[in-house]
Order: sequence, then C-alpha cells, then structure tokens
Amino acid sequence: MRTFTVNGQSVSVDVPDEMPLLWVLRDELDLTGTKYACDKALCGACTVQVDGRPVRACVTAVAAVDGKTVTTIEGITTDAAGHAVPAGSAVQEAWRRLDVVQCGYCQSGQMVAAVSLLQTNPHPSDADIDAAMSATLCRCATYVRIRATIHDAAKVLAA
Amino acid sequence: MDRRHFLKAAGTLTLGVCLGTPGTAVGAADAAASPAPTADSTVFIPNAFVRIGTDNSVTVISEHVEMGQGVFTGLATLLAEELDADWNDVHVEGAPADVTRYADPAIGMQGTLGSTSIVSAYQPMREAGAMARALLVAAAAQQWQVSPDGITVMNGLISHPLSGRRTRFGALTAAAAKLPLPASVSLKDPAQFKLIGNPWLRREDSHAKTNGSALFTQDLKLPGMLVALAAHPKRFGATVKSFDATAARAIDGVVDVVPFAGGAHYFSGVAVLAKNTWIAQRGRDALTIEWDESQASRPDSAQILARYRMLALSPGKLARSSGEASATSAASATSAASAASAASIDDTTLLESQYEVPYLAHAAMEPMNCLVQLTKSGMSIWNGEQLQTADQASAAALMGITPEQVQITQLYAGGSFGRRANPHSDYLLEAVSIARAAAAQGHRVPIKLVWTRADDMRGGYYRPAFVHRIRALLAPDGSIASWRQRIVGQSVMTGSPLEAAEVKDGIDQSSIEGAGGPYEMRSLRIELTTPEDVAVPVQWWRSCGHSHTAFATECMIDELAAAADVDPYQFRRTLLAQHPRQRAVLDLAAAKAGWTTPLAPGTGGARRGRGLALHQSVGTCVALVAEISVTAGSKLQVDRVVCAVDCGLPINPNVITAQMQGGIGYGLDASLYGAITLTDGVVDQSDFDQYAPLRMHAMPAIDVHIMPSREPPTGVGDQGTPPIAPALVNAIFHATGQRIRTLPIAAQLMASLAAAPAGPAADPATVNPGGT
Repeated sequence: MRTFTVNGQSVSVDVPDEMPLLWVLRDELDLTGTKYACDKALCGACTVQVDGRPVRACVTAVAAVDGKTVTTIEGITTDAAGHAVPAGSAVQEAWRRLDVVQCGYCQSGQMVAAVSLLQTNPHPSDADIDAAMSATLCRCATYVRIRATIHDAAKVLAA
Repeated sequence: MDRRHFLKAAGTLTLGVCLGTPGTAVGAADAAASPAPTADSTVFIPNAFVRIGTDNSVTVISEHVEMGQGVFTGLATLLAEELDADWNDVHVEGAPADVTRYADPAIGMQGTLGSTSIVSAYQPMREAGAMARALLVAAAAQQWQVSPDGITVMNGLISHPLSGRRTRFGALTAAAAKLPLPASVSLKDPAQFKLIGNPWLRREDSHAKTNGSALFTQDLKLPGMLVALAAHPKRFGATVKSFDATAARAIDGVVDVVPFAGGAHYFSGVAVLAKNTWIAQRGRDALTIEWDESQASRPDSAQILARYRMLALSPGKLARSSGEASATSAASATSAASAASAASIDDTTLLESQYEVPYLAHAAMEPMNCLVQLTKSGMSIWNGEQLQTADQASAAALMGITPEQVQITQLYAGGSFGRRANPHSDYLLEAVSIARAAAAQGHRVPIKLVWTRADDMRGGYYRPAFVHRIRALLAPDGSIASWRQRIVGQSVMTGSPLEAAEVKDGIDQSSIEGAGGPYEMRSLRIELTTPEDVAVPVQWWRSCGHSHTAFATECMIDELAAAADVDPYQFRRTLLAQHPRQRAVLDLAAAKAGWTTPLAPGTGGARRGRGLALHQSVGTCVALVAEISVTAGSKLQVDRVVCAVDCGLPINPNVITAQMQGGIGYGLDASLYGAITLTDGVVDQSDFDQYAPLRMHAMPAIDVHIMPSREPPTGVGDQGTPPIAPALVNAIFHATGQRIRTLPIAAQLMASLAAAPAGPAADPATVNPGGT
C-alpha cells in the first residue's frame, strides 16, 4: 500500500511498487489527463509534478512518490487548500487565450512543464523555454504558440 | 443581398424526434458510454447537424473527427454564423457512424480525408444553421403574434425591437420543434459574416484540452472492460506457430491470454487481457511465442530504393501529358545515369535530377488504439474514428453482420495525420478479432486494444518511399521547353475504399498529384511506375502524394532557375504569368519575407540562405520562404519560415494560421529527420529515440499571411506540409551551393539523437549538408 497526495487529496493504492505512476494515475485513479505516448521518457506527454518538480510519470515507480505530493493537469490551477496556483492559472488562461492546442494529446504534459518552468523562472528567455520544453514532444508542432504563450503567462504573472 | 437556397437532402432531416442529452460535450465519458438516450420533447433538433437545448446550449454535430485540424471549430463556425448563435453557447460532438446522414460527398462516404471537410461542409452546415434560425424565428413570431420579418437574432438573442420582446433560444425550442420545416432558407451575404473570418474566435475544443478532461480513446474506461496488449510478429505476414503463456498467466491481474487471427492487412498474434494497461504490458512481455514466418515478407528498404533508382531509368506508364510532342521526345532522349546532369543542346539546356524520399511513419502522439464491445445486436466501437463507412464495412464483414450493426462512437483523436483512416481498417480489425477471441473464452466484455509506441511505429502503413527522376529542357528565354518526370513508388489507393475514384488505368492519381506544379511548360510528361510486389504496408500520410511530388518539382524548378541564372522568385513568377492566383501567393510570400533585400549576415561565420517553394493541393495554394543558417561547424538552423496561403474565403483565420504552423512543423520534422527503414523485413525504428521528432528548440519562427478571398473555402490541414522540404533544401543551396536531393536531410541525425536522447542538450537540428 502506497499513500501520497494527488491534487490536494490523499490517496492510497494497493499496487506493486514498481507500477509506474502514469498507470496508477490513469488506470487506478482515473486521472486520464496525464497521457501515455511512449515507454521511455522520450516524449514528455506524461509529465506531472512531484513535490513541485516536473517528472516523467511513465518511468517513475509508484513507490518513489510514497508520502509525496503529485500534481497533474487536473490540479494545476488549485492547491491543496483550494487556493489558486498563480502559475497554473496563468498558464491555463494563456493557453486558452492564444489557442495553443491542436489534437491536444500532448498538451497536459506541455502545460505541466510550462508551470514548472514559470515557478522556478518567472521571466524565461526563448533559450530558457527551449531548454525547459524541448523534452516535451508535440507532433502537431504547436511549438510556436507554446513559446509565445509562456511569455504571455509570464507577463500576466509579473503584472 | 441574401441568396436563396433550397435545402438539400431533406430525407436526412429529423424533426420532432427529440433524442440526446442537451449540453453534453463531445468526449464526455458518460456520453460515450451512455445507454440509449431518453426522449426529451424540449430539445430542438431541426436537422442532423444541430441540437438546441432549453439551457440555450447549441450542440453542433460534426461528421468529421477532430484530430487537431480544428474541424470542430470550423463546422461550428459555419453553422453558428447562420444561426446567429452566441459562440459561448456552442459545443460540438462527433457524429455517429451513419453514411445516410453524414457522408462527405467529396469522398463518397463518411470519413475525414484529404482536406475536404470545409469544402464539403460550407454549404450544408450554413443551411442547417439557417434552418434552425428560421424555425426559432417562426416560433417567436407565433408566440409574440408578430411578423417574423420584424424579428432579429444576434448572439443567441431573439428580439422584436418594435414590441421590445426578447428571449434566448432555450425558451423557444419546444415551440420550434413543432413547426414544419421551411422549404428553403436564406443565407447571409458574406459581408454580414460575424463569426466566419473572425480572427478572435477561439477553438471550441480548447477548454477541455487544457484541463485534462478531453476524452481520447486511450482514456475511455467502460464497466467490466479489459485492456488488451497484443504481441505482434516482427515481420508482416507471420503467424503464431505456438506460444507459452504460463509466465504471463502467473501475473496478478492478467485475466486471460488469447491467440487471435489476423488477415491480409492486419496482424495476427497473442493478446494479453488484463485489468489495467500496465499489467497487460507486463503480461505481454512475459509471453514466449514461436512465429511461423513461412508466409512472412522480408522487404528491405535499401534494396527497394536501389531498385526504384533502376526503374526510374526506364519509361513508366504515361500518367499525364500536355504540350508539344517534339519537345517531349527531346526530353525522353537517353541520358547519363548520374543523379544530376546538365548539358547544352544547341541553345537549350538539358537538366536531369533524381530525388528520393523514404518511408515515413505518421507517429501521432496517441498510439493507435480501439475499444470494441460485442453486443447481442452487433458491436459497438469507440475510436478516434476517421473512416466510419469503410470501418463499419470491414468490421461487419469480419463478424458476418451488416454494417448498420456496427455502431461507432467518434472520440477525439490524439493526432492522426491520416493514420486513423486506415484503408484496410487494420488496428480496428485487430481489436475486433481480439474481442471475438476473448468472447470465445467467455470474456464478452468491452475490450480496449492498446498499441504501445513500438507497436505503432512498427505497425506498418507508412508513407511510401518514392524516387522521382526529372528531365527538363530550359529554353534560352528562361521558359521550360519540356518536363519529363518519372515517378516510382507504391500505390496507396490500390485496394483502398477510394480505389475506384483514384486509380484509373493503373495510374494512382495520388502518386502523381502535384507533379510539375502549376507552372507553364511547353510540354509535360508524367510517367509512373508502380511496383506491385513490394511488401511494405503503405498508406496516405499528411498531404498524400503532394508530400513527395512537391519536393521533387520545387527542387527541380530551383535547379532550373539556377541553370538559367535567374533569381528563383523571378523564375517562378515568369512561369506563373498565366496563373494570377498562384502568382499572387508567391508575391505575397516574397514581399513578406523581404525577398529582394539581402538577408542579414550570420554571426560567427554562419552562412545564411533563403529558399522558396510553392505548391497547390486540393484547391489551396501555399508559398513558403525558408531562412536558414549554416554555421562554421556545418550545423543547420532554420531561422524563420514565411508562409502565404490562399485557401479561398478564410473561415477561421486562427485555425488556418495554426494549421500552417503545424503543417510546416510536421513537414520540417520529416525533411530533417524522418525515415522508416526495414532490414530483412524488420522495421528498424521503434520509438522517438530512433524516429527523431521535431522538438521545440528546432522550431523556427513562422509568419503566416492569409490571402483575402471571397472564393469558396478550401482545406488547410494538409497544405502546409508539402512545400517546406523543397524550401529548406533550396535555402541550403542558396547558403552553401550544395544540392540535397535525398530526404531526410541528414540521416546521421539519428545517431546524434540516440547519443543524447530526449534532452534539450541534444541538438536535433544539427546537420551537415556536405555529408548528405
């Protein structure tokens, strides 16, 4: 039995320790916003935050998050106490304002990576964005808008 | 001035039968899984394309699948425009599979292919909106005892200014549902459009796709459902000889292991049925299978391309010709077998070049998957469904039932680029076959087949490899005296549901579409050789044949410009003298790129270059200017792409811009890195470390300029992709003098990526043009 916090709620799961967090979230906890797209941490579609840092849920064993705090796309805008998470709200609103999505399948991973970037670097340069986001694939190539949107969200956060 | 249109296909309209759940967004789990809807007499369903609820919600029914191309937004815009709906009230859901109501006339069946959605929907979706509006207005007039002529509709608000009465749609749905359908409706003059052409309109699917709630096939979970992962043979055509599932069955959570039959166009194998995806994957890993490879094919991509090069030296079937016979015969004179050669014959210049493109995977972010439930009355399928009518027929044939007994619920597709419209229903039939095998073992439950990334990449159905050999005579005045293009490659249409429409006298039109471009040529001859014995499963891929014909044609045009010592823009411009529309697109791209002013010099000794390409496909014309830098260390960086597009009347400028950006990015990815190779029948690539994708840091700035137009709208999903490869290699030529005629631009990229996987430290844009 492993116990951790997901999007502000404590959960306990009775699964093998080596079960990847991705499949615990998707198949056990029905949090399907976090996506499966590769098996080797090559694409970033499964990016979630563990204790505030971005990780690839497909290669993170559930045992490794025991006692920790996991944030998925479903929880990026609100913290455990129900308060708005500024970076999460700014990213989600900017994502909608600039209409980033196409097929949408990778966007959860993109947005969690973007939130993580802005929480550690509120004023990222293009190079900072490339460094933080290049591990997260988008086959629709929404990259131009992702870059613009992260700058836009940063401006909102600074205001 | 309003135009009057009689409603088409009156038999498809339903009124008074009020089904459905108002306000249910597409992809909602409960909608996908819900039982038969209950009658609700207050919901207004004027036709097959819209439903209006008492809560004012306007639900547009899209016959086309939303896979990123923005079709939900496009169709909703058309309908909401004529309905005068409030965009905030508009939702879209995918239509069920029903060819009687939802066929796309452009392809003669229900499906989403070839950038035809907006073309086909422009008239009927507006008519559907206008009809609903007319009925709501009539209902208001009846209730208020006023003339309908005095009623206005704006943003979902119905008003009668004279009497001061006003209400929203929801209050009138019950009354409107009782009225007879109008015989005809008026459509707006385009000058009155508020939503069509509005650059500020946001995507309908943006909200659900930014909070994790959008539902893809991968996300669907039905009561009692088992997840199936299937072991496939590594060679196409192999079958299971024997297997040992002892270890797999020992894994807690593995429910059963079932062998399943394949077919001519889909895998046979062994499926592990489990209560979740991870357990199914572990179970599959634990299988021991001996394969019977006696019927397996062993294609080898290097040998295939070598053979194509030889075939390109001999005449193919005449596919298209025009112009003077004499010049044609001059161009068909024997030439040296070198990849490119130029020689002067009298005062004309003969140029011959060969271009090659590899097999390509679609590699959508969501690997293929499909959920099947066998039922008493047939079966239910949930899928990012792109080719309903053909899939219904395939599934019905396999199970010995009728197509109408195959219900398909269309979910969001996590990308497709053509893959989910498989001409042979490959992964869908595999899912049905597994469900049948499971049912035979007593598991008559919903079965979700999940392909892993490796299953997807090795699953076949690639964009076919092609070799083009072009021989052209350049006249002293810079005109093209003759153009002979030999094309060698597999047919994607043969054996597909579109064969009758696309293959005539052995010529697959999709293999040659776009060859020669829109340019004036005194004589043109396109020859096609279609090898029928190549055992690599192939399929259309974003932009279909244009993906390779544009590359060969636009490279050769550039080579001819260089041979004529004429600026590539001016060279094309002259050849487009009789084609004002295409020339205007070319001019727009050149002007916005500042073609006539020199590029800013590169820093640190980098050489800069600018390349141009123009291509028209399915009615939409796109011109690109690519600006690149080649560093002192021979690294390629794509700095900027300027795009001009004429797609007729722009419906959603925001979506058009996104599709150009995305289409260019997808083509850039393929040009730089894309190649599926097979060695002795085995696909060499299995994941994104070996099939390198475009990443953020390699994405250039892309400036999109949309040509204003009142012509009927044409598609934008495919058209950004074809011209980027030639624009890129033409830019490399400008920068370095080096012609690249084989894609991908640098095969050695894979090695460098494999050395530093997935991290921003890797530089997938690094390429040595001199080395290719």
